[in-house]
Amino acid sequence: MCGIVGLYAKRDTISERLGTLLAEMLVQMGDRGPDSAGVALYRGAGQGKKLSARVADDAQRAALVETAREQIGCSAQVLGAHVLLTGEVGPQTVAWLAQHCPQADVMSVGERIEIYKEAMHPDDFVSRYDLGAVRGSHALGHTRMATESAVTTQGSHPFSTGQDLCLVHNGSLSNHNRLRAQLERAGLQFKTENDSEVAAGYLAHRLSEGDSLADALSAALEDLDGFYTFAIGTREGFAVLRDPIACKPAVLAETDDWVAMASEYRAIARLPGATEARVWEPEPGQIYTWEREAA
Amino acid sequence: MVDHSWMRESATFSRPVIAEIERAARTGIYDIRGFGAKRRVPCFDDLVFLGASMSRYPLEGYRERCDTRVTLGDRFASKPITLDIPITIAGMSFGALSAQAKEALGRGASLMGTSTTTGDGGMTPEERGQSKYLVYQYLPSRYGMNPEDLRKADAIEIVVGQGAKPGGGGMLLGQKISDRVAGMRDLPAGIDQRSACRHPDWTGPDDLEIKIQELREITDWQTPIYVKVGAARTFYDVTLAVKSGADVVVVDGMQGGTAATQDVFIEHVGVPTLPAVRQAVEALDALGMHRKVQLIVSGGIRSGADVAKALAMGADAVSIGTAALIALGDNNAQYEAEYNKLGTSAGFYDDYQDGRDPAGICTQDPELAARLDPEVAGRRLANYLNVLNLEAQTIARACGKSHVHNLEREDLAALSIEAAAMAGVPLAGTDWVPGSRL
Amino acid sequence: MTTFDLNDGVRALNAHLHGEVTGELSAVNPAGRHAVAVGATGAHSVSIDGNVGYYCGGMNQLADIEVRGNAGPGLAENIMSGRVHVRGDASQYCAATGHGGLVVVDGNASSRCGISMKGVNVVVRGNVGHMSAFMAQKGCLVVCGDAGDALGDSLYEARLYVRGSVASLGADCVQKPMEAEHLDELGALLHEAGVTGVDPAEFTRYGSARKLYHFDIDNASDY
Repeated sequence: MCGIVGLYAKRDTISERLGTLLAEMLVQMGDRGPDSAGVALYRGAGQGKKLSARVADDAQRAALVETAREQIGCSAQVLGAHVLLTGEVGPQTVAWLAQHCPQADVMSVGERIEIYKEAMHPDDFVSRYDLGAVRGSHALGHTRMATESAVTTQGSHPFSTGQDLCLVHNGSLSNHNRLRAQLERAGLQFKTENDSEVAAGYLAHRLSEGDSLADALSAALEDLDGFYTFAIGTREGFAVLRDPIACKPAVLAETDDWVAMASEYRAIARLPGATEARVWEPEPGQIYTWEREAA
Repeated sequence: MVDHSWMRESATFSRPVIAEIERAARTGIYDIRGFGAKRRVPCFDDLVFLGASMSRYPLEGYRERCDTRVTLGDRFASKPITLDIPITIAGMSFGALSAQAKEALGRGASLMGTSTTTGDGGMTPEERGQSKYLVYQYLPSRYGMNPEDLRKADAIEIVVGQGAKPGGGGMLLGQKISDRVAGMRDLPAGIDQRSACRHPDWTGPDDLEIKIQELREITDWQTPIYVKVGAARTFYDVTLAVKSGADVVVVDGMQGGTAATQDVFIEHVGVPTLPAVRQAVEALDALGMHRKVQLIVSGGIRSGADVAKALAMGADAVSIGTAALIALGDNNAQYEAEYNKLGTSAGFYDDYQDGRDPAGICTQDPELAARLDPEVAGRRLANYLNVLNLEAQTIARACGKSHVHNLEREDLAALSIEAAAMAGVPLAGTDWVPGSRL
Repeated sequence: MTTFDLNDGVRALNAHLHGEVTGELSAVNPAGRHAVAVGATGAHSVSIDGNVGYYCGGMNQLADIEVRGNAGPGLAENIMSGRVHVRGDASQYCAATGHGGLVVVDGNASSRCGISMKGVNVVVRGNVGHMSAFMAQKGCLVVCGDAGDALGDSLYEARLYVRGSVASLGADCVQKPMEAEHLDELGALLHEAGVTGVDPAEFTRYGSARKLYHFDIDNASDY
């Protein structure tokens, strides 16, 4: 059970303040999810690929930054407990990390996406990960109140579902254990007992089989049982979906400058021009997407 | 008389099983009944106390005080309640019970300085008038829910679930919906009354936190707020109740009673009280909230030994429902002839839903209800509560405790491997706790 | 007129609403806060300037509350009397379990509007979402626009009036004829809610078929 936030910038004035605005939204959802917090930031197109990995140990993190350029041809920068590698990122990078930096937990890979998450209160997360400086096109955030699976960084959201893709979830699935087993037979690997990770894995699997995002989400309506509001980050924007029963809250809002999504209006209220925004509630079982046209 | 002694009864198709198949084939509807689970489950009977002798010293029974008071709801509420005994009366509705029975519960509990609880049907003046401490249940149906009664309550209990039916709603058949019951519930008299399984205006702990905030604002942050769950995924449910802001968590095991629920629910959904109390205490310990958020345990509590064992496991208090009804006179042999007419017998009667309770407790029939004298029945309940309390004190003193809350899990040993595993208590004479993570 | 700045929290406003002194109040900067103006006990007149979160006007008695914005889930839940009026939209569970009084939504109300209502009257100028009036017991739900799926599922004695289309009716909910008494009742409600230019004759009435009032094996599939 959780809080979700999402912000999509339509104008540069919002892109320039994306991190600051998202941080404010995230903090507002602290009550809904005091156990952990995470964000997926989309920024910096055209600079090659990026990989974000959490390396808990300070020394290992420092060592990775030290050797990254020389060993794998990537530039490295540290954000909190994460290292962001930029450059020639590919499967070989993941393999190299597994061998030389086994503690590295890969969070995201893509041209734009960067996922950062921690098992800490959203207030603490925001002060540790200085989001104020972040500019970008869009971002998702999540605050978690763990229901059944453990409070760990790996169990925190967003979950990566493929290159430049991620998922955040509010709700509780009721058939994820069998679904996880099916997906494992199909070759997927899971790191936690978390129901949301199964939803993420499910989408990743469908997409890898050639589904469009819309098709994958339509299939999710059939195959996922329980309660959910999902926000799905894509390279060019994000999508929102509520289950057909639609008990978990969700609010959408739009102005000429931005589109925002949140579990509660509280998170939207502080955005510039929020009082004049068009505010509405997503219909059950309907997919909403905002995407810029790919360059 | 045919001699059955040589015949071999099928363990799979026993006579009760055959009777149920026949009943289902005849009526086409699942069996609805009252009472709790009838199957045998591992329970407090499977634990014993390690009394003091040489390594520990007992307290002198008649001179050295053994305190039993318990304060509930001091986490956030400005007016917590302090009960004289750690035994409370569980929620039972006016509607399921007669007004006389509700009054008797109030009288008995008040004599012993403890609380009663309303139930799914609102608060009656009889009950409020006779109850020194009254807990007002906040249920999915919201029958009779109103802010005046909310403010009259000494505590509010948000009911998420019940041990007899975690995940299920309520069911009160038309026979018991008298004009007064119907009026309190805003329903036509005489129709079946269905209660929803989920609350109408929130789902999940993140929303519950906001609901609790609203109730606190309405009651000016004075009234303690309990959250009651049926024992199922107890560790998680207790954790989430605490995170949602509860002052007190109530955990009701599968032996807990009900006025009217499907038999399949009563017997097959939920876990027994014994493992539930252990998981609840583990959850509170993990959060560092044991004793800060109080734990009330219910479901099959019958004796002072049960009370003492629940407290030793880490509960702050217990609740009784079915046992209290029996103390009032439910299933008493004086009505054997009438039980026989209903096709049952004293000690077996569980058709609380049909409103013809010969003891005048689970009924809205004025003639039957008039059989129960609230003063006399209330006195019986007080006597019974007194015995439970004395028994719990006796055990606590024998273990060297000057307060019943000082009983510990380490004062217990288990007589069966099942109970040892469920309670996290070593099998007697060993240091073996089956299933222990250590 | 006393003004409460909700940036300082909702406690002062709510405490005032539980007191003896009634009169005109305003509240500013709600910013989606929860439990704004809950549990009022007297004939206060409260104007809230902006969007509110969950349970605004909850358990209201006698007070007249106006929200100049949108309302989150559970608007006026369990309202007993008085009036709660939202100028914008209301989220799910609007007027849930309300026992009396009037709730007016100028915009749309989403799912489960009037769930389990017990005597409250609800007038929505726009549309209502799915499962509205689920298990509704008493009172009237008036929808000037359209109703979503499963309207009036497991309905008891509440009366539903819908001007537009109904996506689908819930179990045991059926269309019923509009008699003179219904036209009068609806006309009075529209007037009370300040809805003008809408003719009661344009509405269709829905109510309980009462088939689920006593368990009957032939209706088992409706449960």
